[in-house]
Amino acid sequence: MIKDADIEKLASLARIKITPEEAGQFRTEIESILEYVAQIQKVSLPQEKGDKVGAVHNVLRDDNNPHESGLYTKEILAEAPDTEKEYIQVKNIL
Amino acid sequence: MKIDIRDLTIESTHAHLVKGDFSAIELAQAYLDEIASKNQEINAYLEVYEDVISQAKHADSLFAQKKATLLTGIPLAVKDNILIQGKIASASSKMLENYKATYDATVISKLKKEGVVFLGRTNMDEFAMGSSTENSAYGVTKNPHDTSRVPGGSSGGSASAVAGFLALGSLGSDTGGSIRQPASFCGCVGLKPTYGAVSRSGLMAMGSSLDQIGPITKTVTDAEIIYKAIQGKDALDSTSIDEALYPIHAKKNILGIPKGLLEQKGLHKDVVSNFKESIEKLKGLGFMIQEIDVPDMSQALSIYYILMPAEVSSNLARFDGVKYGFHAEGKDLLDEYLNTRREGFGKEVRRRILLGTYVLSTGYYDAYYNKAVALKEAMTEDFKKIFSEVDVILTPTTPTPAFKIGEKTSDPLEMYLADIFTVTANIVGVPALSLPSGFSKAGDKKLPLGIQFMAAHGNESMLFEVGKKFLGEKL
Repeated sequence: MIKDADIEKLASLARIKITPEEAGQFRTEIESILEYVAQIQKVSLPQEKGDKVGAVHNVLRDDNNPHESGLYTKEILAEAPDTEKEYIQVKNIL
Repeated sequence: MKIDIRDLTIESTHAHLVKGDFSAIELAQAYLDEIASKNQEINAYLEVYEDVISQAKHADSLFAQKKATLLTGIPLAVKDNILIQGKIASASSKMLENYKATYDATVISKLKKEGVVFLGRTNMDEFAMGSSTENSAYGVTKNPHDTSRVPGGSSGGSASAVAGFLALGSLGSDTGGSIRQPASFCGCVGLKPTYGAVSRSGLMAMGSSLDQIGPITKTVTDAEIIYKAIQGKDALDSTSIDEALYPIHAKKNILGIPKGLLEQKGLHKDVVSNFKESIEKLKGLGFMIQEIDVPDMSQALSIYYILMPAEVSSNLARFDGVKYGFHAEGKDLLDEYLNTRREGFGKEVRRRILLGTYVLSTGYYDAYYNKAVALKEAMTEDFKKIFSEVDVILTPTTPTPAFKIGEKTSDPLEMYLADIFTVTANIVGVPALSLPSGFSKAGDKKLPLGIQFMAAHGNESMLFEVGKKFLGEKL
């Protein structure tokens, strides 16, 4: 059973503000989705694999050949909501 | 000559352009005229690019220099979550309403080299989350076959543009059926390639272990031409694969049909009868039919609705109102995050982020996410075995024809069931092709129905071959 408070906690973890009414609605909807998908818990696996990583693996490139510094700065900063000189500006954190 | 855009395919258009029956500029203008007269009602395009004619002019110059390829001058529509440098890519979200892409997606740079003409960006469910385009922040797209009905989704604008003759072909993206389901609802051909076959650099990430870009077209041959132009390993996407990664399967002329498929709940009677007719048609084309054991379709859908939201919650964490996109004011930085993500994301996106956060949280991680990952791997192995026995697996693309606008918006789970036949291909990573297979009558309207073929990893060529035979195209 999920409580409205659980939904509010999830929303705060996900950094989304929600109202108490929305928490109630999301709870009903998420509960019905979870009830449906919970059927996988009844399916048994050939052998329990746990955290074993499968076919997908990390692909890394060498950390070299950087592009010329500042080449894309202007275009990228142009998309930021608030900037000062070559920095993105945000409100106080603390 | 007068251009009849209803009859054009990529190959026939290319022949006309080579012969000089019309120029790429005249062709582009014909599409712009059609869009101007029909898009207001259909709402397939969110934006028609202002440089269409100059793109076409460039295409004409490639013809003049004898540098043209099959795709030069071909007018295509692009889903709003694929980046074209300097143009807005909003993913139909308020979050990215004014976001201008700072680079080209790999698929776009490949098509630009061929001189493709990009007509505009098409409407979709916000961040590709939905099966009807009703989750767009910019209004629903209508199905050209019946404007009281949805075109499907999430690539609904891309399918609707092709079905309404507002583009010769289009690009979509498919995480759980978002190319094939709207292609089926709109009577088009839609291909979801093998996971990794097409680079996703420049595609906005939704479920990274599932997403693929693919074409929506009028014919299988057109889908094949676009697919061949966009596929290939790409240094900018580490999940992209070499064509030679998967073994080639010898042809067996056997079609597999999942046991108990037609006993699935909620199947429309016309879908059932059309599916049976399609089987007979395929038998007539020389295929043998074999029943196969696959897990119940609802199991794949359950895996999907655990993995996808988990990946969504992680992928969409980047939208914070700081680096780009929408920004809402607040009393401090945290408050600004909370407000930005509340106001910038629509309801379905917020719902999936919360669901994803839940299945990844301590205490539930093993029961949901880990179990789903393990089942995904087990299913992938099962399908590899199945494809050593059959060439393709056949299912309907969707359980019903296109539904009415507003019919399923009140119950998210009901909407999710529209993906029941398509998610499997994303879960196991195999290619899948949806073809138009007939119609269902609803009053005085004829609603398209679709049939779906899945093939082994890397075996798109089998899909094209079977698909061309099914639609009577030349091989």
